[in-house]
Amino acid sequence: MNTLIKRSLVRFTSKSHIFTNQCRSRATKASLLSNQLVDELSGVLGDENVSKAEVIREQHGKDESYHSGQPADVVVFPTSTEDVSLVAQFCNRNNLPIIPFGTGTGLEAGVSAIHGGVCVDLSKMCEIEVNVEDFDCTVQPGVTRIALNTFLRDTGLWFPVDPGADASLCGMCATSASGTNAVRYGTMRENTLNLKVVLADGRIIETAGKGTRTKKSSAGYNLTNLFVGSEGTLGLITKATLKLYGIPEAMVSAVCHFPSVQSAVDTTVQVLQCNIPVARIEFLDDVMMDAVNRYSSMDYPVAPSLFLEFHGSESHVQDQAKAVGELCEANGGSSFQWAKDADERNRLWKARHNAFYASLALRPGCKGFATDCCIAITQLTEHVIAMKQDISKSNLLGPIVGHVGDGNFHSLLLVDPSSESELQEAKHLADRMARRAIAAGGTCTGEHGIGKGKRHLLKEQFGDVTMDVMGQIKQSLDPKNLMNPGKVL
Amino acid sequence: MSMRVLVGVKRVIDYAVKVRVKPDKMGVVTDGVKHSMNPFDEIAVEEAIRLKEKKIVKEVVAVSCGPTQSQETIRTALAMGCDRGIHVEITGKEYENLQPFHVSKILAKIAKEEDVDMVILGKQAIDGDNNQTGQMTAAVLDWPQATFASEVKKNNGDLTVTREVDGGLETINVKLPAVITTDLRLNEPRYATLPNIMKAKKKPIAKKTVADYDVDISPRQEVLSVEDPPVREAGSKIIGNTV
Repeated sequence: MNTLIKRSLVRFTSKSHIFTNQCRSRATKASLLSNQLVDELSGVLGDENVSKAEVIREQHGKDESYHSGQPADVVVFPTSTEDVSLVAQFCNRNNLPIIPFGTGTGLEAGVSAIHGGVCVDLSKMCEIEVNVEDFDCTVQPGVTRIALNTFLRDTGLWFPVDPGADASLCGMCATSASGTNAVRYGTMRENTLNLKVVLADGRIIETAGKGTRTKKSSAGYNLTNLFVGSEGTLGLITKATLKLYGIPEAMVSAVCHFPSVQSAVDTTVQVLQCNIPVARIEFLDDVMMDAVNRYSSMDYPVAPSLFLEFHGSESHVQDQAKAVGELCEANGGSSFQWAKDADERNRLWKARHNAFYASLALRPGCKGFATDCCIAITQLTEHVIAMKQDISKSNLLGPIVGHVGDGNFHSLLLVDPSSESELQEAKHLADRMARRAIAAGGTCTGEHGIGKGKRHLLKEQFGDVTMDVMGQIKQSLDPKNLMNPGKVL
Repeated sequence: MSMRVLVGVKRVIDYAVKVRVKPDKMGVVTDGVKHSMNPFDEIAVEEAIRLKEKKIVKEVVAVSCGPTQSQETIRTALAMGCDRGIHVEITGKEYENLQPFHVSKILAKIAKEEDVDMVILGKQAIDGDNNQTGQMTAAVLDWPQATFASEVKKNNGDLTVTREVDGGLETINVKLPAVITTDLRLNEPRYATLPNIMKAKKKPIAKKTVADYDVDISPRQEVLSVEDPPVREAGSKIIGNTV
């Protein structure tokens, strides 16, 4: 809610050229779809499921990234996989780009219709099927993470991948999303068992087999993980079969503060080496801690900190917390607090939960430019410090939060949306961060995806030969380049 | 302190489901639709369990009036931590016509029979939205009531309850035994974990009928029709300064 309000305020007061110019030029360009074509779509999907309204198109061209949105020429709301297939065939016949839309909570402009076309809003497809004793479920794209977990609440099961936003689960498959729990439960890649995908020509496939929902298979090519992370450039996901886990019997949260980034990272490495099955282990730098103190009226020490969560049986979580407490202390950590009671846990973790908004509040009116890179854990300290040095030399603020258990960190650069120079500076910092990661054998994006803004980095990370292979796959599945063009490749 | 608490749990259509009116316009579609425990009842169960964890209460009994499937709802309450359940079986037309007026009398009888010190109910069920059962139960029992509770504290022989009212918050003292109805902000209910769901299967649920409590549940209302709210019409833009 807050982000929406902030965004509309910014638009009203902004003198920005970067944001409004592009939108204006799209709005005045002639639509790619004639009235006749729009009527054809209405004939297939029903009038109420097709919209040419400017506001709807604009809304569907934007996500939570810093990129300005690009509206499609029409937005459609199919209600079945068959409908989606008909839309794909329609776009294929008429050479129209096709862009899938889940919840619009992405961070890399995945939904931006750079070349116009048809935006396919899949939120009306909301079916859920659960196989409680087999620990699996099937969801359509309109089902979000929280909606699924609410549905499951009386079964004793949950789906733990938690990227923060209440994102569409199929959208999370498309971006290979991860989150704070990945260190224990894995990312979408490890938890997607099967996908129903509509291809560019309208063909419908099930990537792991017809109705297959097994946890493992050696049958054929791993098409499931080809589409996971493909960001709508190879096909539209209309159903995902996901792995479920038992809700932990007990949860304990803990917080600890450190004299240096190094000591926090060292502690993390040792926690993993001790085989402590920590569920969440999050790093917040001093700038972030300061932001949180101000925003949530807390009084944490303004120092590099770790926020942890343990899942398991009653006795197990207490043992885990104790063991980690000892490791923290051994590395110079102080004020180790832990809590078992739900309200207490929420209070302790409030800092981490509010990190995004707390950062934005450091500079009212700013836009958050999210960055994302992933390296080996042992290199985290070096990269976090290098990023902090870059930030201090710039005139931007960039609080840092990291999923240290995976070597993944983000710096949220706070940018004045009306300043072209600040945006360029943020891009420059983000590129340096990604390039440092690539040079160290890391990846330019741990969980946000390539989208529109990181395509140059993809080439640097993979090199010509591998990029050619990716190009060949794209060419064979989408020869006309209609599937979310301008993204990933 | 060896108090016993009675918690009422109702099986309703899950709050996330999009409810549809039946073609005969005499009710809503319930076949094949996901049902779960009324959210306010989840809060009631959670509050009772927390009192038990604080050792203020010794035993929590969950009761539900309804068809066979109501037992699933009782099992969920048991998985959350209740000790035993009571299922008052009411089916078909009798169940369709069941009103807070009837339920309150049944709950009052059970409260007396089980010798409870507190009855905790959700403030209202999300299907009927009547907001009457708690108040009526207190009246039948001639017990004090503290409705729309957003905080419950025990001191000696009574309870200090903070209530959510239109003007803000009202704090009252009620003597025990009493009836409490829960409001949204009282607590955040726990999710049942698999081990607890398994343990719940072994906890006892007593099967009862309305006759066992000698309560008359003849219908006092007749449903004339059930309809969708009117479809929202498109707004219109007003251009210029003639407002």
